[in-house]
Amino acid sequence: MATVLHWLLDETPTSRLQARLGRHARVALALTRNPLAVIGLIIVALLLVSALAAPLIATQDPVAQDLARRLLPPSAAHWMGTDELGRDIWSRTVFGSRITLTIVLLVAIIAAPLGLVVGAVAGYFGGWCDRILMGVTDIFLSMPKLILALAFVAALGPGIQNAIIAIAIATWPSYARIARAETLTVRHSEFISAIRLQGASATRVILRHILPLCASSMIIRVTLDMAGIILTAAGLGFIGLGAQPPLPEWGAMISRGRNFILDQWWVSTMPGLAIVTVGLGFCFLGDGLRDVLDPKQAGKP
Amino acid sequence: MTAISLRNLDIFYGATKVVHDLTLDIAEGESVALVGESGSGKSTVLKAITGLATNWTGAIAVEGVPRSHRIDRRCARQCQLVFQDPYASLHPRKTVDDALSEPLAIHGIPDDGRRVETTMAAVGLDARLRFRFPHQLSGGQRQRVAIARALMPEPRILLLDEPTSALDVSVQAEILNLLKRLRREQGLTYLMVTHNLPVVSFLCDRLAVMQKGRIVEIAEVARFKTGALASPYARELYAAGASRGC
Repeated sequence: MATVLHWLLDETPTSRLQARLGRHARVALALTRNPLAVIGLIIVALLLVSALAAPLIATQDPVAQDLARRLLPPSAAHWMGTDELGRDIWSRTVFGSRITLTIVLLVAIIAAPLGLVVGAVAGYFGGWCDRILMGVTDIFLSMPKLILALAFVAALGPGIQNAIIAIAIATWPSYARIARAETLTVRHSEFISAIRLQGASATRVILRHILPLCASSMIIRVTLDMAGIILTAAGLGFIGLGAQPPLPEWGAMISRGRNFILDQWWVSTMPGLAIVTVGLGFCFLGDGLRDVLDPKQAGKP
Repeated sequence: MTAISLRNLDIFYGATKVVHDLTLDIAEGESVALVGESGSGKSTVLKAITGLATNWTGAIAVEGVPRSHRIDRRCARQCQLVFQDPYASLHPRKTVDDALSEPLAIHGIPDDGRRVETTMAAVGLDARLRFRFPHQLSGGQRQRVAIARALMPEPRILLLDEPTSALDVSVQAEILNLLKRLRREQGLTYLMVTHNLPVVSFLCDRLAVMQKGRIVEIAEVARFKTGALASPYARELYAAGASRGC
């Protein structure tokens, strides 16, 4: 272990692979020195594990109804109680992590690259290209995220895929703004001029030289936004425009518990706790990543 | 054959004319200095030759071929620029290896990793620095990386924009010696912008004195060393340099 670590952190790596792995190892080490980031990392890891191993962790079938055992309080048999159809809330919450993770990952995969490319292209070329792209971005930005997502889901029809598309459409403009701002700061710097003078095409300059500089602030921003994405997804689920029954989506679960909130508090509270925990986890991780990846910190050991 | 030929060159920034009717020929293998005070348009001439300043009229020919106003890949292989400030001209997130491999990738030159090694050796960079980032290098090492990057596509001409003025005095001498050795070994043509007169006599064959965007005199360095310059402005510049003790 010590020799592996020594090899990774060698100041004078001898191969491209060693240099690249060493860079990642340094980020990982810096991250583990930040207690909040570690908590966030653990929560996100737990979310991943529960999503991957949901059938093993859940005690019952998440959609199996048992009307004789409806609205039972938390007990040894039902750790989080049962809902109005007698379904085990613990099992539903565990399976719900799959839906949450899918939404979060797909939104990030769609929105972040789209925002990055739009922002970088607008910032790099400037002029009318910038004006058109940023005009479109501003139109999207001027509407509240949830309302915009609502409108799209209403147009596309309720369902989890449409919720993902709607949230992605509502999220990308803020990434485009960040990417454009970062691009403008490096656009006229000498190291970009130097690579242009080598004869590099615009595509190459943007993809290989400008985007890597935007990437770290983008990773931070996306991680911090994860909590918001989860809330938006839960909000859509709550209104009934997200995942459809009997899918155990957390927001929809809260919505179903609304009728019993005074007498059977656990029905809404348990999925609510899950949303809060995961949201916090992503926030902590994002804060930790910001400390580690911040470009202004990069030069320091 | 002329390496660089500038004919009646006018360069504009917006509506402002920065360089007026400049004509200069640089022979292959020659080393020419552009001297003059700040704002006299020296660096702008280099920018026009490389394609960074696009708003010009007149004619620029590199190795006998007239060049367009844009940056083009063929011209980039013949003629490379070394920037003044090595702290600004290297990408902060790219290792030395990345910075030096990139020109090979751009020009489609097959890369087995050995060319990076030989170029690093040629500019006097230790092979152990290959996977370092710019912030892990000293100013002199960075400027060597910048020179190595300019040499990667094997250009015949190097344009040098005050290549030593951002460096410590002790490091300046090392870089100047490096430039002198590279020119001898690879038969390069230099066009160098500087306001450091000793650098001119050390590294150059001819100098062109610029004032307010015009060339006021072109002289052999031998004549410059004796102070036998024709134009009053050039004599003034020489006297100012001599009185500063350089």
